[in-house]
Amino acid sequence: MIPLTWYLILSGVLFSIGAVGVLIRRNAIVIFMCIELMLNSVNLAFITFSRQLNSMDGQIFVFFIMTVAAAEAAVGLAIIIAIYRNKATVNVDDINLMKW
Amino acid sequence: MLESLLFLIMGLITIACALCVVFQKNPIYSAIFLIQTMVSLAVLYVLLHAQFIAAIQVMVYAGAIMVLFIFVIMLLNLSKADEGEARDNLFFQKPSAIILGFILVVMIGAVTLKTVLQGTKGEYTPEIISQIGNTQLVGKMLFTKYVFPFEIASILLFVAIIGAIILAKKRIVEDEKV
Repeated sequence: MIPLTWYLILSGVLFSIGAVGVLIRRNAIVIFMCIELMLNSVNLAFITFSRQLNSMDGQIFVFFIMTVAAAEAAVGLAIIIAIYRNKATVNVDDINLMKW
Repeated sequence: MLESLLFLIMGLITIACALCVVFQKNPIYSAIFLIQTMVSLAVLYVLLHAQFIAAIQVMVYAGAIMVLFIFVIMLLNLSKADEGEARDNLFFQKPSAIILGFILVVMIGAVTLKTVLQGTKGEYTPEIISQIGNTQLVGKMLFTKYVFPFEIASILLFVAIIGAIILAKKRIVEDEKV
């Protein structure tokens, strides 16, 4: 039996990698994927707590996080497509105007 | 023993693939490494007795959502390495972000190691879960205690579908004008 703290530390490491990715990358799609990485690390923490406390509520929360992630991915990628159509780039340094 | 070995292997694969997601130049490689990260996380979910969530993770995340990502990358033809990454507008951003990331890891690790998890234990021990079945328990919770959030989630998905279509469709009126 592995101590559940290890899972939490793994979750923290994954979250930090995702946060660093959001900070250092310039490509909007890669930034989006790093956000998915952070959502996944939170899911791992939820499941670990659910296992620790012998409760199912954590797993239900993960279910809802996945729903929100799917909605977020659909809308976010639609926004990226709209930006690309207007500006022909997905580099976040070039996207600094709300309206032109 | 076998469980610890599996955890170590899968944890290392997860972290290595997550690092590759961040540091690959080509977005399509990032996406494929992200799929591997999600699949190895699904294995960790099975180790934590959450089989239903593991299956959903593979089907929804590694299947549906990542196919959407790869579809968009290929649609916009972004698979060549982006030349914009090389241009550094803020030279100190990368090193300071990495240092702050290390500080975040150390802080989360310190807090996690210091804190003793406590709280009232629920009734669903792994023995009971394996006796009744994980999927059945998730379904029971979803349609009794969490039925209202479940309905709201369906409305959220509906709104997301409409929003995605409206945002991504071509503006026909403007095209006619031009």
